[in-house]
Amino acid sequence: MNVACKIQAVGVRKEYEVSRKGGDRILALDGVDLEVHAGEFLAILGPSGCGKSTFLNIAAGLERSSAGEIRIDGQHVEGPGPDRAMCFQDHVLFPWKTVWENVEFGLRVRGLGRKERAAIVAHYLGLVGLSKFANQYPHELSGGMRQRCALARTFALDAATLLMDEPFASVDAQTRNILQEEILRIWDQGAGPRKTVVYVTHSIEEAVFLADRVAVMTARPGRVLGVFDVPLYRPRNDETRSDSFFRDLVVHLWKVIRDQVERIS
Amino acid sequence: MGESEGVVYRIGRFLILPLLAVAAWWIVSKVGGFNPVLFPAPDAVASALYNLGASGALWVHISTSVKRVLVGFGLASALALPLGLLLGLYRPLEAFCDGLLSVLRPIPPFAWIPLAILWFGIGDGSTQFVVLYAAFWPILLNTIAGVRDIDRSLLKAASSIGSRGLSLFVHVIVPGSLPLVLTGLRIGLGIAWMSIVAAELVAAQSGLGFMIMFYRSLFITENVIVGMLAIGVLGYLMDRLMRAIEKRLMPWRPGLKV
Repeated sequence: MNVACKIQAVGVRKEYEVSRKGGDRILALDGVDLEVHAGEFLAILGPSGCGKSTFLNIAAGLERSSAGEIRIDGQHVEGPGPDRAMCFQDHVLFPWKTVWENVEFGLRVRGLGRKERAAIVAHYLGLVGLSKFANQYPHELSGGMRQRCALARTFALDAATLLMDEPFASVDAQTRNILQEEILRIWDQGAGPRKTVVYVTHSIEEAVFLADRVAVMTARPGRVLGVFDVPLYRPRNDETRSDSFFRDLVVHLWKVIRDQVERIS
Repeated sequence: MGESEGVVYRIGRFLILPLLAVAAWWIVSKVGGFNPVLFPAPDAVASALYNLGASGALWVHISTSVKRVLVGFGLASALALPLGLLLGLYRPLEAFCDGLLSVLRPIPPFAWIPLAILWFGIGDGSTQFVVLYAAFWPILLNTIAGVRDIDRSLLKAASSIGSRGLSLFVHVIVPGSLPLVLTGLRIGLGIAWMSIVAAELVAAQSGLGFMIMFYRSLFITENVIVGMLAIGVLGYLMDRLMRAIEKRLMPWRPGLKV
């Protein structure tokens, strides 16, 4: 096995039973093979319903595969673990916890002391620009701020692998552009080796802007259609978006994915 | 919106209809030619209120009823909250208990009064038992629903963070179910108050329910109405107290923020 391989998916298959009595089954994933290198930003791009979120849930240990397996550092994923942090669609903040408490919760679960927690929470709230809102509840924040809080919560866990499930799907387009740059800035900034990121999205621009490599999935049942390199310089910013190479890559991926989208619509 | 209306305006709006009702009551009692025993005038009720208050009789009945409600409601909460959490968390257990609960629930609290009198005698024991039974159901059912209603994506998020067991219970299950739990407690307290009065009509020698039945037998209807008004005002105050507690315990709820 390649030393630099962080996550390895081998023939991951997932079947759901639609009705209780059995019989009707939906095949969400049909033999996904994928390797994610340590420290890379990998985007999984696919039409809606292709099972990309399911794949991420299996990697997070929140769901089990029907066949095949996902290995992280060579270890079969059994359940959630402190080596992984997940960021969800629609922020999923605890409404009864303040911004501060939401970020702090995971650190509490991991048994960190009070002072240590305070330092980490303050640091990450500063990074996402929410220091002044530490004592607000999620319902008092805008959609973009909630998603920033969710990012701070994910990064604060300091896990080696970050699993992100369309974290910006529900914020407006302008805010999304800003948050994309922020996510890259925070990812770049950390001390120590870069974290491995698996980022699920249905937006081609988002995938190309963020990732080192883009894995394109087929329509359901999901398989990996191909993995494409994104040889764009970092740091990436507004200029990246107007780069002709960026545009070409987006168009190329669109051609690849178009058939898949047409298959389902 | 609410704040800009001003306190005087809000109190005025709150009081205007009750004052009109008293005025109408007064006029009807003066010009209607009814038997004052069957339809006492507001001034007669006011002086009855003064006399009962001054003699201390009213306070004894009020404190007796309130104490019974608090004991019965407290015991109902102590039983229904943990049971509701358990049944909400473990579906097989709920399915197991469902048969028994489904048959007990439709029995009205007052149908228990005859047995309660035999078991606990006339007085505190039987009335508190009826209150306990009446308040138990809304607390139990709302607690079960509260646990079931917790957003599944929040449970998923907690589990991805690694929270389980006691941590999950304290940080997610309890606050997540709190809105419906508190609703259940508020409804339970309201029902407790209604059932104590009904229970005291037959199963006690003291309390507001007993008081109105007692003065009815003496045909002193002013005192009956004083008792009824006391029941209304106290019920209202209890509900306000519960709402204040809800606000206090759930500062995160939009629209409830002080």
